[in-house]
Amino acid sequence: MELLERFADGDPDAFESLFRQFQREVYSWIVRIARDPAAAEDLTVETFWRIYRAQAHFDPARSFGAWARRIATNAAVDYVKSRRKETELPESSAAAPEANPGIRREQRDSIRRAFRALPAQLQLAATLALIEERDYGEIASALGASKETVKSRVFRATRLLREKLKRMGWEP
Amino acid sequence: MNDRDYENLRATLRSALPPVADVELSRDLWPRMIERLDRQSARVAWFDWALLALLSVWLVLFPNALPALFYHL
Repeated sequence: MELLERFADGDPDAFESLFRQFQREVYSWIVRIARDPAAAEDLTVETFWRIYRAQAHFDPARSFGAWARRIATNAAVDYVKSRRKETELPESSAAAPEANPGIRREQRDSIRRAFRALPAQLQLAATLALIEERDYGEIASALGASKETVKSRVFRATRLLREKLKRMGWEP
Repeated sequence: MNDRDYENLRATLRSALPPVADVELSRDLWPRMIERLDRQSARVAWFDWALLALLSVWLVLFPNALPALFYHL
């Protein structure tokens, strides 16, 4: 029996094989959304926990990677929403390279605050499309939405962000 | 918003929130996954707790039922 079929049948060895095969890919996707390597490790485990619980619903004819990425996206969005409720956290230095020194720290913080105040779904689409420059098709697949929906979210995110920055007296 | 405004905004955003560099997973997470699975399987379901509570109440109200319970166990 194929690995994916064994997994869908609840075989623990098949789950372990898939975990080992996909943990890096899942982690790499999550870290782009969560922007925090330590949190991304926890979220990778959380993603596979959700995968483990949902294994009976998995269709072996479909791509495991795409399915895992969608579950990972949901877990990462939950994290982004919960982080928003907590105190504003600084950008993780391990995840992000030095920001442009041409922009003053104060301005950078304003942009970050405005960006993180966007609705979670808009923030997610904008993070993946504008910052990480991922393909719209790839984002749509991970979000379980159409390309048009993703484009619309990115458009709304940029419009909202521009308005917020204007109100802060900062016009890009 | 025209294309130029859009590009300016994108550049500004990327300056403040730079893209995440290719961060590699530095360790195998399987041991943590095992811990998570063990922790979850050791958890007692709410239904079992409810059943236990019901049984305790029943024994308090009807202590004479204890021998019958042991007989059936």
